[in-house]
This record gives sequence, structure tokens and C-alpha cells, in this order.
Amino acid sequence: MKPIIRFGIDSLLYVVRGSAIFYGWLMFLGFFMLLMCYGAYEQFTQGMIVTNYNDQVSWGLYEAQFVFLVGVAAAAVTVVFPSYVYHHKKLKEVMVIGEMLAIAAVSMVIIFIMFHMGRPDRLWHILPGIGIFNWPNSMLAWDVLVLNGYLALNVICGFYFLYKRYIGQEVNKSFYTPLVYISIVWALSIHTVTAFLINTMPSRPMWFHSMMPIKFITTAFSAGPSMIILSFLIIRKYTKLKIADEAIETLSQIVTWCLGIAIFLGISEVVTELYPSTEHSFSLQYLIFGKHGLSGLVIWYWASVVLLLGAFFMLLTPKLRRHHGFWLPLACAMTFAGIWIDKGMGLVVPAFIPSPIGEFSEYTPSAIEIINTLGGWASGLFIYTLLAKGAIGVLLGEVKYAEKWNLASDWQPIVHTEETYK
Amino acid sequence: MSDINDKDKKNQVDEKETSRREFLKEAAGGTLSAATLAAGAGALLSGKDEAEAKATWGEWFQKNYRIMTDEEKKEAVDRLEKRYSEEYGKKTSVDSTPAQEGVLFGYALNIQKCIGCRRCVYACVKENNQSRDNPEIQWIRVLKMEKGNFLQENMDKGYPDPAGIQVGGNAYQNAGVVLEGEHYYEPEQVPEKGHFYLPMQCMQCEKPPCVKVCPVRTTYREPDGIVVIDYNWCIGCRMCVSACPYWARRFNWGEPNLPAEEMNPVTHYLGNRPRMKGVAEKCTFCLQRTRQGRYTACVEVCPVGARKFGNLLDPESEVRKILEKKRVFRLKAELNTYPKFFYFMD
Repeated sequence: MKPIIRFGIDSLLYVVRGSAIFYGWLMFLGFFMLLMCYGAYEQFTQGMIVTNYNDQVSWGLYEAQFVFLVGVAAAAVTVVFPSYVYHHKKLKEVMVIGEMLAIAAVSMVIIFIMFHMGRPDRLWHILPGIGIFNWPNSMLAWDVLVLNGYLALNVICGFYFLYKRYIGQEVNKSFYTPLVYISIVWALSIHTVTAFLINTMPSRPMWFHSMMPIKFITTAFSAGPSMIILSFLIIRKYTKLKIADEAIETLSQIVTWCLGIAIFLGISEVVTELYPSTEHSFSLQYLIFGKHGLSGLVIWYWASVVLLLGAFFMLLTPKLRRHHGFWLPLACAMTFAGIWIDKGMGLVVPAFIPSPIGEFSEYTPSAIEIINTLGGWASGLFIYTLLAKGAIGVLLGEVKYAEKWNLASDWQPIVHTEETYK
Repeated sequence: MSDINDKDKKNQVDEKETSRREFLKEAAGGTLSAATLAAGAGALLSGKDEAEAKATWGEWFQKNYRIMTDEEKKEAVDRLEKRYSEEYGKKTSVDSTPAQEGVLFGYALNIQKCIGCRRCVYACVKENNQSRDNPEIQWIRVLKMEKGNFLQENMDKGYPDPAGIQVGGNAYQNAGVVLEGEHYYEPEQVPEKGHFYLPMQCMQCEKPPCVKVCPVRTTYREPDGIVVIDYNWCIGCRMCVSACPYWARRFNWGEPNLPAEEMNPVTHYLGNRPRMKGVAEKCTFCLQRTRQGRYTACVEVCPVGARKFGNLLDPESEVRKILEKKRVFRLKAELNTYPKFFYFMD
């Protein structure tokens, strides 16, 4: 049997076997995925009327997840970049887990794009060749291009690396290293293009500023590595893969500084808009203070401010940042939640309020939207859990090609002793 | 599977009044050919019966109208005429008249004359087969403007600072044309005292942002300057809805509700033919009428003659005369979208 087929079978068998906690977690996610099947059926048969979208607020919860998750996907670069550019040995060992997160995040992006579309059945219209791909005119066309490219890069890099590990060979550097460097630049491009997708529309003044791409990248590089840290801590707790403290420390410093810059950019935006408070600041006013008696997002905005400032000051304190038992995961969860609000509903929805003709109307997601969103997240976490488990199995040497297995080679499975862990 | 078998099974299914559940059961059992299954998927998506699914399926496979050959256009139009005639129980024509040479359509609206009666709104809905409710779609919105009211007693109610008043007490109130979204007014009578009106609809921009952002080029500018949508090619991404600075685009959030007795059977492929769920739509300057030398429905119905329409390339046209003689302006001119919809006063 060919090794590649063995790789598939071995990984699959490894991935589907686990502890009760593992099955419990998958079933928990599966429940929301089933709910999503119902939600998707409702939406795809009745149309988007089952959402609370309207002509005034025509983007909502789905697009909020889309924008946020593109950032999470891009954040794999926070693992890849130090590994390759700064030769961070401890991060390099677990780099592939970052790539698996990128794959899962892009999968979620695709799920939310499907929910976003009014006619998902006509998706083929965008395929070059059989459809029409309005490139380079349409920013959405660019986004499709970079997102799919990024998915392909991560699938190739990640699975190539794992496969080589599996058969006990070194990666072919002249093939692998260029791809890794391309994926670093590509990661920046996916989030830049997503920012361009929305900030190139003067009809939505709240989005129409050149700070959007850099703010996207800094917020992505705080939320994304936060999630990676959380998953690393969980992996350390529940698997034999002992990820070094040093790797987690580097990531938490990245979170700290990117979060600091993001907060600074947020303040800049608020001052720039609210000092002159032209009509172009109405969206921001609605978001921060409420306007004309409508204040649905105010509590969310201030929650995000508290979460992000709190997380930032916790991360700035070395003692708290290095406290892996409680403070670091708390700060990471707060960062993740804060950015999720800030770059999700707090960014997407207020841009539609007021409408281009000045109408203020409020939007709250419908039940179907909420279950589809939960289901989308559950699907992504499901994919990430399986991918990460498979990757860990290969890294630990528990999934390996038996016949040609040669322990005499340079390669050693990463099982740190307690000393390297501490 | 051989072709004959394929056809046989297709026919069998056509004869049956298959419910969705049975259909799925059979499909799952693998008793159907791939083609029939796909047709069924079309039916499932549109929620219609089998006969219509075939039409839906044909439509599903068609190309973007802009790049269809003449035969393909004819085929698409025939298919639609048949389907609409059956669906609405009346002979429906789907016109495919292309843009005429030497024509660039333009519009001028006299805001001094407009009385805010909204007859244009309803004439437009009737002419253009918009969904009547859930979702309720109207292409024209009439905005109510404040003439402005400045009061002596407000003079010292502003934002004070020790050396005087920094923000005047008469700030924060509108006067004149400002887009504040007041388009739900329901007075006993129009025009209301202290107000004037400014109707808005698609501006048919010469440089339309909606066309630029469309990922599949389903919305495009016709040679006579009208921005159209091939409803059958639209993927429903709503980039155009977001990009339009004039809030001119509407979206079919659900299956449109167009009562058969109210349906206007004289349609154009790119204009007022009935739409489906999940696609964008907007004003097309009634191209089903204007390409035949008629006025738009809104121009025809306006009781005060505030609406003027014509060929911008013809120096003798009414709209060109207005550009010549009146002081005109375009909305949001700073965005450089170059609308062909002008406003003027006497």
C-alpha cells in the first residue's frame, strides 16, 4: 500500500479514537452542527427572510463572523513568522498546529460566506472559466482568490510536513521553505484584502478610512494568537505533547503588542471621528453612545473596551502573563471576546446605521441566524479538533509509517521532559 | 447508465406527483439518475413542483445575459415567457430589446414642484412587478425635508463656554436638502407645511460603484446608460447593496409576493420581469417602456409634472433643455459617481 494512503488511514484511525472527554466534546459540537443543518435548511429553502437582515442593514451576524475569522486564519502567521524568520525553535516544533487552525478558520469563513449569499446555489457563477470572475475590479473577487490560495497553501504546507514526519523523512527544503515564506506574505494579504473589501465603499463612511487594513492585522494578531495560546494550553493539559513555555511566551508577547497597537488605533479613530463629529461619524456615535434613542450596540461596544483594556493591562504585567494556570488564559479569552465584538458586530453592523440616505434602524440577529452562527463555529472547532489531534499524533510519533520507520534518523519525536516544559 | 434508461427514469418521475420527502427517499435509494436528482435539487431550492423545476433547471444553467448569443437569449426569453405565463395565468411577454443607438437616458426632477404624494412610488411598484409585501419592495423613496425653523428663544440654549456661546442654540436642526432618512411620513394631506420633498431612486450613475464591486458582473451598465441586473446570474452577495451611496438597491429577502392579478405581463428581461428570492433589484428607468419610446411610469403618473425624462444626447430633449436653462445639482456629487439623475428648481 502506498505510504500516502497509509498516512490517510492511520491518521483517520488515530483521530477517531479518543477519551470520553474527547467524544463528549465532539458530541457537544455535533449538537450545534445538527442545529445548523436545520437552520441551513430553513434559510436555503425560504431565503434570507428567516434572518433579520433588511435593506437598511443588509449585512449582519454572518459577515461579522466572516471578517473576524479571516483574521483568525491570518493569525497562523504569528506562529509561522517567528519560526522561520527568527528561527524560534520551540514554536517551529508546533508550527503545524497553527496551520491546522488556519485551515479550520478558512473552513468557517467558507461556511459563513455560504450563509451570507442569497443564492448559494449559484456559487459556480464566480468560477473563472465556467462563470464570470470580475477580477481585478471586484474586491470580493480578490478576496475569493486570496482566501482560497491561503487555504491551499496551508493544506499543502501542513499536510506535506505531517506526511514527511509520518514517513520519517526530513521535508524537502527547496520545496517547503519557499511555500512557508509565501504563506507568511499571503496571510497578511488575506486580511488586507478583507479590509479593502469593506473600506473601499464611500457609501459607508464608518468603514471608509485607510487605517482599516492595519487595524485588521493588529486585531487579528491579537485575537488569533490568543486562540492559539488557549489551544496550546489545552493541548498541554490533555495530550502528551508538551509545548514549551517559551513558545507560549512569544505568542503572548505578540498578543500584548498587537493589542496595544489595536487599542491605539481604536482611540485614533474615535478622536478623528468624534472631534469634528461630521455626519460621517454618525455610525460611530450610534455604536458608542447610541443615537436617536437606538442603542443596541452600546453595551457591546463598552464590553469590548473593558475586555480589551483589561486584557492589555493583564498581559503587560509579566507575572500575570506568565501565569498559565489562570491569568494568561483569562487574558486570552478576554482578548478573543473583545476583538470578536470589536471586529464583528461592532464593525459590520453600525456601518449600515444610518443608511446612505440617513435612516436609523436597528438590527438584532434572528434565532436562525444565531443557530447557524453557533453551528458554523461548532463546525470550525470540530474541524480544528480533528486536525489538531491528527497533527499531535504525528508530532508525538504515535502516528507513523511502520515498515520503513527508522529511528536512527536525525528526527526525534517531540516529547519534552518536565524540564524542557518548565 | 445508458441514455435510454436515463430518459425513462426521468419520465417516470415527471409523471408522478412526487412529494419532496418521497423524492428525497428515492434519491437516497439511488433509483434516480444524476440529472434528475439535480433537477430535484433545483425544485428543492425553489420550492416548486417538478414541471417548474425543469424550467428552473434550464435557467440555472444559462449564461450571463450580457454574453449570451442571440439564440441563447431567445431560448432564455422563451423559457421565461412560458414559465411566467403558466405561473401568473396570463400571456406574459419578455422583451429583449437592446439599447438603441444614439441614446443616453437621463432624468431631471423638479424639487420645487414635488408635493410628496408618492404616486410615483406606487406607479413604479405596479409597473415593475415588485414584491408587494414580505418583503415589501419599493424602488422610489420620497424623502421629506425641513424648510428650517430658526427661533429667537433658542438663541441662548446652545453649548455655552465662559466667553459666550460656542455652539448656537439653533444648531442640530435641519434646513434644506439633507439626507436624514425621513421617508415614512404619513400626513393627512401633502404637501405639509414647512416641508418639501426629494424623491430618490437609482441614479443610473455613469460611474456606478455597484457595477465595480459585483464579483460576477451580473450588474452592468447598458450602452444607453442604464445600470441593469441579470436576475438569473446574481449570487445575492449584496456587495452592490452596500456600495450604493443612494440606497437605491433592494434585495429579495424571501420569495417575492406578486399577486397574479396585479402582475404586469409586459416585461423586459433586464427590467420588470418577476424576480426570484435572493437577488438584488432596482430602478431601470422602466427600460421595458423607455426603449420603446415611452415615458417611465413615474414620469407618466406625476400629477405636478415634476419628473422629466429624455435622451441626454439629443439637444432638443426636455432633459437637455433643463440642464441648459435651470440650475441643476446631483446628490452626493463629491463621490464622483456622475449620476444621470438631476435635481433642479424653477
